[in-house]
Amino acid sequence: MRFSGFRVIKEALTGYKGWGSLWRTPEPQASYDYVIVGGGGHGLATAYHLAKVFGAKRIAVLEKGWLGSGNIGRNTTIIRSNYLLPGNEPFYEFSMKLWENMEQEFNFNAMVSQRGILNLIHTDAQRDAYRRRGNAMRFAGADSELLDREQVRAMYPWLNFENARFPIKGGLLQRRAGTARHDGVAWGYARGADLLGVDLIQNCEVTGFRIENGRVLGVETTRGYIGAKKVGVAVAGSSGRVMAKAGMRLPIESHVLQAFVSEGLKPFIDGVITFGAGHFYVSQSDKGGLVFGGDIDGYNSYAQRGNLPVIEDVAEGGMALMPAIGRARLLRAWGGIMDMSMDGSPIIDRTGIEGLYLNAGWCYGGFKATPASGYAFAQLLATDAPHPTAAAYRLDRFARGLVIDEKGMGAQPNLH
Amino acid sequence: MLIPHPLLGLRDAQEFTYLGDASLLNRPDGMAEGAAEAFYDYVYLRDNPAGVHRELWFHEQGDRSWLVVTRNTVTHEILGAELARDVALAAKGGAQ
Repeated sequence: MRFSGFRVIKEALTGYKGWGSLWRTPEPQASYDYVIVGGGGHGLATAYHLAKVFGAKRIAVLEKGWLGSGNIGRNTTIIRSNYLLPGNEPFYEFSMKLWENMEQEFNFNAMVSQRGILNLIHTDAQRDAYRRRGNAMRFAGADSELLDREQVRAMYPWLNFENARFPIKGGLLQRRAGTARHDGVAWGYARGADLLGVDLIQNCEVTGFRIENGRVLGVETTRGYIGAKKVGVAVAGSSGRVMAKAGMRLPIESHVLQAFVSEGLKPFIDGVITFGAGHFYVSQSDKGGLVFGGDIDGYNSYAQRGNLPVIEDVAEGGMALMPAIGRARLLRAWGGIMDMSMDGSPIIDRTGIEGLYLNAGWCYGGFKATPASGYAFAQLLATDAPHPTAAAYRLDRFARGLVIDEKGMGAQPNLH
Repeated sequence: MLIPHPLLGLRDAQEFTYLGDASLLNRPDGMAEGAAEAFYDYVYLRDNPAGVHRELWFHEQGDRSWLVVTRNTVTHEILGAELARDVALAAKGGAQ
């Protein structure tokens, strides 16, 4: 089944009887060449790229719930490549380029919308830092523009420019950044992978790894043992508890990060605005709801829900930046579990166990990385060599002192 | 979340700041053999359990004591709190 405008019209005229399931529901086979643990965005993107780019066969994705039931469905849908460090920025720019072509490639509408992201500047020091960041982005082939206050005012005249503590002095704009339909990304990769012969197995929780002589032989699951030549784990949020089953401790703490959506409002925010100083960022969905969030709650959690003080903190940040939203009502709030790595950067690497690979530690930023994470993890699984842009995401970088401290903070940012 | 402070009774978790796993009380000896490995373990690696977790909270907006709070990371239920000082002294083999 191929999606096209013609097909949509044809189905509309024939009572939508031709739409089938987007993917099969196969029974697990006894063994596979590649088993991907975790049917979220990263796991599905990994399976898709393994089959499509690296020509791998006999691939299964094991998901304990339903496809896309983790953080791919619980984020604030922002895609961007405005990082600073050489270990990060080329990777995220690679991801941005994949976003730009993904819908044509997997023939599914992920509603990628390059509406721009604006990071607000409040001080001279921050302007210097953002100028440096903007230049670093350009070195990696990304786009960036440093805006002065009047340019920001022309874009968003209703922002509170005269806030006593954080007056707006300008901004760093990446026009190619934007948003995407988060579930659509998972579904698009799932359908794409399924069409290439990948078995997507839902309601199949991995309960253990079978490891002999330092080599993984397969995984124990709630639907029986499944053998595998290589096992890739992409379960950000639960990486700690899954890898504990393989006897590993990780440089990761699991924390809850909340996000919010308001009632639907008339369109007034074209892009994404971040107010880092106030722990607040916002965009407006196509349905009109303001989609916004802030920082992690700040304590270890696997609960997928946060507490009220952080909701208050985020709402205060929103009111400080844009007093116009004061009468808007909050429609929904939810929480996702973040793999907070100790330097704030991810891990895509082999482990000490042969045949077992780890994709983890995405902190706040897993969604934007979905395509590149899948591509790089697929390349590592298929070739045992890292993708050039992901070569710094080593598991042993903490022991060797080669941390990628983009923001100089990890699981304990001490921001509250 | 309300934390049952051993001296002050139930206190709002907002009065506290959080540091993480209570194993951070057991700082390795920097002069010992294999200190680099021990510090790598101490600084970076975590058990990160889904379930009961013993963790350090600092009563910053209160009496500025450090507590070891036992909490369930799946439900956020708080199961108990002790003074971190008592925990550390007990680990060393009794009060001094």
